[in-house]
Amino acid sequence: MSTTVNPAAADEAAADVPQSRPVSRGALVRRRFMRNRWALGGIIVIIVLYIVAFSYPLFSPYSYEFHDTTNTYDPPSLTHWFGTDNIGTDMFVACMRGLQKSLTIGLLVGVISTALSAVVGATAGFFGGITDRAMMWIVDLLLVLPSFLIISIASPIFKGSSWLILVVLLVLFQWMITARIVRGMTLTLKTREYVSAARFMGQSPWRTIFKHIVPNMSSLLIVDATINVGSAVLQESGLSYFGFGVQPPDVSLGTLIATGTGSALTFPWLFYAPAVLLVVALLSVAVVGDGLRDALDPTSSRARRREKKRKDKLA
Amino acid sequence: MSASEITLDESVLDGAGDGPVLEVADLDVSFPSEAGRVHAVRGLTYEVARGEVLGIVGESGSGKSVSSLAVMGLLPEQARISGSIRFQGQQLLGLSDVQLSKIRGRRISMVFQDPLSALTPVYTVGDQIAEALLIHGRGRLSKAAAANRSVELLDLVGIPNAAARVKAFPHEFSGGMRQRAVIAMAIANDPDLIIADEPTTALDVTVQAQVLEVLKTAKEVTGAGIVIITHDLGVVAGFSDRLLVMYAGRAVESGNVNEVYQQPRMPYTLGLLGSLPRLDAAEKLPLVPIHGQPPSLVDLPQGCPFAPRCPLAVDDCLTAEPELSEVDSTSGHRAACIRSAELAATEAEVEDSIDGVEASNAAAIEAAVEVFGAELVEEPKAALRPRAERPVVLEVDSLVKHFAVTKGVVLKRKVGTVHAVDGVSFEVREQETLGLVGESGCGKTTTLMQILGLERPAGGSISVLGRDVSTLDGKARKAIRRDMQVVFQDPLASLDPRMPIGDVIAEPMQVHGFDATHIRKRIPELLDLVGLRAEHADRYPAEFSGGQRQRIGIARALALEPKLLVLDEPVSALDVSIQAGVINLLDKLKAELGLSYLFVAHDLSVVRHIADRVAVMYLGKIVEIGAVDAVFGEPKHPYTQALLSAIPIPDPVKERQRERIILSGDLPSPANPPSGCRFRTRCFLHATLSDSDKRKCVEVEPPRESQGDDHEVACHFARAKQVV
Amino acid sequence: MFGFLVRRLINYIVLCVVATFLSFTLSSVSFDPLSLLRQHNPPPPAATIEAKRAELHLDQPIPQRFLTWGEGVLHGDFGTTTTDHQITDELWRRVGVSLRLFLLGITIGILLGVLIGVGSAIRQYKLFDYISTFFSYVILATPVLVLGPLVKQVAQAINNATGSEWLQFTGEYSGTLDPNAGWLASFDERLRFLIVPTVTIVLGQIAYYSRYQRSAMLDVLGSDFLRTAQAKGLTRRRALFKHGLRTALIPMATLFAFGFGLLVVGGVFTETIFNWQGMGAWLVQGINDQDTNVTATVTLFVAVCVLLSGWLSDVLYALLDPRIRV
Repeated sequence: MSTTVNPAAADEAAADVPQSRPVSRGALVRRRFMRNRWALGGIIVIIVLYIVAFSYPLFSPYSYEFHDTTNTYDPPSLTHWFGTDNIGTDMFVACMRGLQKSLTIGLLVGVISTALSAVVGATAGFFGGITDRAMMWIVDLLLVLPSFLIISIASPIFKGSSWLILVVLLVLFQWMITARIVRGMTLTLKTREYVSAARFMGQSPWRTIFKHIVPNMSSLLIVDATINVGSAVLQESGLSYFGFGVQPPDVSLGTLIATGTGSALTFPWLFYAPAVLLVVALLSVAVVGDGLRDALDPTSSRARRREKKRKDKLA
Repeated sequence: MSASEITLDESVLDGAGDGPVLEVADLDVSFPSEAGRVHAVRGLTYEVARGEVLGIVGESGSGKSVSSLAVMGLLPEQARISGSIRFQGQQLLGLSDVQLSKIRGRRISMVFQDPLSALTPVYTVGDQIAEALLIHGRGRLSKAAAANRSVELLDLVGIPNAAARVKAFPHEFSGGMRQRAVIAMAIANDPDLIIADEPTTALDVTVQAQVLEVLKTAKEVTGAGIVIITHDLGVVAGFSDRLLVMYAGRAVESGNVNEVYQQPRMPYTLGLLGSLPRLDAAEKLPLVPIHGQPPSLVDLPQGCPFAPRCPLAVDDCLTAEPELSEVDSTSGHRAACIRSAELAATEAEVEDSIDGVEASNAAAIEAAVEVFGAELVEEPKAALRPRAERPVVLEVDSLVKHFAVTKGVVLKRKVGTVHAVDGVSFEVREQETLGLVGESGCGKTTTLMQILGLERPAGGSISVLGRDVSTLDGKARKAIRRDMQVVFQDPLASLDPRMPIGDVIAEPMQVHGFDATHIRKRIPELLDLVGLRAEHADRYPAEFSGGQRQRIGIARALALEPKLLVLDEPVSALDVSIQAGVINLLDKLKAELGLSYLFVAHDLSVVRHIADRVAVMYLGKIVEIGAVDAVFGEPKHPYTQALLSAIPIPDPVKERQRERIILSGDLPSPANPPSGCRFRTRCFLHATLSDSDKRKCVEVEPPRESQGDDHEVACHFARAKQVV
Repeated sequence: MFGFLVRRLINYIVLCVVATFLSFTLSSVSFDPLSLLRQHNPPPPAATIEAKRAELHLDQPIPQRFLTWGEGVLHGDFGTTTTDHQITDELWRRVGVSLRLFLLGITIGILLGVLIGVGSAIRQYKLFDYISTFFSYVILATPVLVLGPLVKQVAQAINNATGSEWLQFTGEYSGTLDPNAGWLASFDERLRFLIVPTVTIVLGQIAYYSRYQRSAMLDVLGSDFLRTAQAKGLTRRRALFKHGLRTALIPMATLFAFGFGLLVVGGVFTETIFNWQGMGAWLVQGINDQDTNVTATVTLFVAVCVLLSGWLSDVLYALLDPRIRV
């Protein structure tokens, strides 16, 4: 094949590509995200919570095993920031321990289950057939037999074993919904011309999935991973509340709330300390998820809103 | 269809004063966006008289639709609007929603671009038309009367069996029928002004012809002024009285339709006219590519917005934006160009005739070619052996593809079979372009996918480069893929947005095991070949314009040095000014690299320009095939004749003289095609036949028979008819 | 269309059976009902334990146990608890308790949720939208196990402020009411106990449905048909309600099935927190008692609830959307 170069032709079409390199997509997403004050606050809160949860010995002289027997049911004070419980455990320390577990479980479950969803959903959507139908059916089944039910019924089996079992169980029953969304998205992407182009140039199906399909769903996956972190924290706290989740000696926010609920009217700090932490963590995860969605979605309407505000101010 | 069935309201005569129906003056519209304020319309001024048709022409983003939505008061609330919009003397800007709603639908009505989404899916078509009547006739009109009137209206816009169809939901209507229903709604209250925003863009050509006909009827029935907005210079040539050309939010030329086509005084208009391939050109004309792309409306450069793309631009063009000023005081022809006198001079110098086509605006086209410096790619005709001696690169024989029709969303069950492709045969020889044309649903895309899939077909056979695909194993199939590559329709969807274009072009070479050094060397060569710069290899597809992306797609297809290129509507998603450049590139590549093309398209003008041979498909069958000049010059199948006659020609004089064949009804369902000849249900020729001849059409499927040198037609009663 | 609904129904029934079987099997594997007996002091003789084992059919393979239980269910007999009570006796009372709570909660929740969702969509980026969005976020981030006690405290504060004990938040009724009191008194009695838990459920439902209704409505706001309706001469407001809302309700129909499933699971918390002796509280009790029959019965109840709401969704969807009425 001859490749004679025609300089005139080269110029005619190329003339209009902007000379200065426009901002990359990553930078654009970061900029949009940073502009969203709520989401930015959310991510800061999560990071701070996580850091403090692990570095609490730096701030507090007490350990979880220490019981200040002279100061039981102590309301929050300078010595015991979040007060103490019936046997004099420092609630701040207890809450940080609980936060460690809750957040770690949430993050692990969120990330692992989303990765699993991506692989299974994309495979099912791309190849169709048996995998596809089986998956759809399992999702339907999960609707009828919610994961909360399954895990709580199975809880006697893993009584006394490590909290990592709980992570596995939560992952096992959390990926289906996202997988279904991924599957739907794959069905759409599959009809895109660049996927057809890969097929018609002889690209193998697996390479097509990992080179063209999964990367193009990354926004969806990032947002869904965030949502999954939130729902994993929620599930865990619910299960632990009934004693079906994290088992002693481990504590999580759920187990702390369970013990605090009874005294919510008499010793409110026992309930409010872990409850507020849980709500703040979940709220932060939710606004971060939303902020990510806005930042990743090119049709984001934030600019319009800003413009409008400016107009209102002028008026 | 008869106008007398509709009784005119007295109110039609109300505003029938001498003044214009609509006067738009100094209209400015801007929107906020991420990048800053988008100045969509800038200082637009025009007026429409009663019974007059004004065509507004422009490419995407020129502000033509925004300006019409501003008239209707339907812009989103964050739009900032200034200037003046007077309807029959009444200022519309600043009116409240309630006040405007009394005018909308009664005195001004609108027809939108996308008929598929323009109707509320949950109400019946009849109810929606009746609603338009009831809103404005409250108290005066009973529900039953409104229902009766909606049947009349549907009948008027040419929906067969209207009394039954009013009860149908929008999803049960085809696109063309929905657009008719929208037009019925628009004329329901005998408005004084109808705004039609790209009313036929989403439709097939034969349906477009039907809808334009309905719009003409609407004009006659209501006597309203019409504003028709389009990007297609052909559509407005025959229909409008005056023309307004928009570019970058401004009117750049306006005037009597003949004058604008024959003596364009703005280089942009001139370029547009020169960039259109003509259906009636027996000989290949050079196509004018307008380089570059329209400016961003966020921060417009100083001076004439077209200057960066204009071959006539001088330094003065960059200092101030030219006003729309009169070039001919007698006819009111205006242009926004300081060089219009030079343009007139160039036009006076060129010959006012072109070989191979009789055009009323020949001088303008010649001038365009002269000004923009377009050249015809000369094919090395002498070096080419006669067709019969060249090897066949693609042979399709009696190809069949059936789809199962399923019902139900969750539990699918088979309820029938669609005969998407039913016995299609053709061949493509070396260095030849075969155009495969037909309207949506004719099976051309399915045929293409069958060929590209390289799987054993359900019936018939496909051979690529002499190898029957049903005998291929995985390895051989991959080897064949090297010789047959594809370019897709949508330049936006055909490139993976997450890959730099260098990787996009490298992918096929990686798949076929080329080493990295070779690939590195090839990428700049390929970019060069399609007219892009080598240093752009690390940029992402989003940084390129539509035309450039299509060039990248072509570079990817050429990476493996194929012999056959399958082109699936490669230019139909591009604006006309960009389209010409890509067509010229394809022409050039074919000549330089000795490629063969299978060119699938619905735009017959483009096919006439680029193809050597053409095959016309209808309902899964080829009805006519042969050399381009034979099929276009002397079409013998009634469907080909109707198809060709439906295509508007960008030449107002010629367009008004043409006889148009309007097909009745819609495409029959491919799940249940008519017996015998599949076209007979809509065939105008069939209707004139004697009973015994008609029976032949019903009972016997017409075979494809030779009608001269390289011209085959599948019609029992094939006869030539001049239609273009 | 009718055939479609029948096929859907059959599919749901199969799912119900499978779900119950899975739950039965899982609990049979995971529970050890004899452990309580073994922990007795002094330890009961081996023969007693064996007798109990035989009585609970623990000597049979699990599928056979399921078939025995399933056969009973078909005859309206849900077996006995590990403590020898007839499940059927308690079942209907508990179903009544749970459904009273759920149905009232979901009805009010959907109505208000749709209204608020539509309101905040039309008034996008206005004060109402900001406030409703903020509350939805906070409530969606507040699990029932936190929300319940909070609502309780608010109720306590109201009682304190009014100096009455009218709002009650423990149990379904006091049991101290004179059985001869008129219907008004007994209605008042039920209402006092119903309000607080219902508010807890309603808050969650509003947050859930209003978010979805808002985005469904926003999708419709930019649609071409809404523009057509305005071009016909409808004011924006009328076009929004007549054409927009009607269309935006369609996706809500499919959400209903999923929302109800969530609600039933959430019921476990609501009932526990407010001491209602419903199905949710029974599940917790069943697991703590290691009682297979109880957990299987509750699972069946949950499955049937989801099944019925799913089916109702399908019917609703078909009614709302002519495009799938085939």
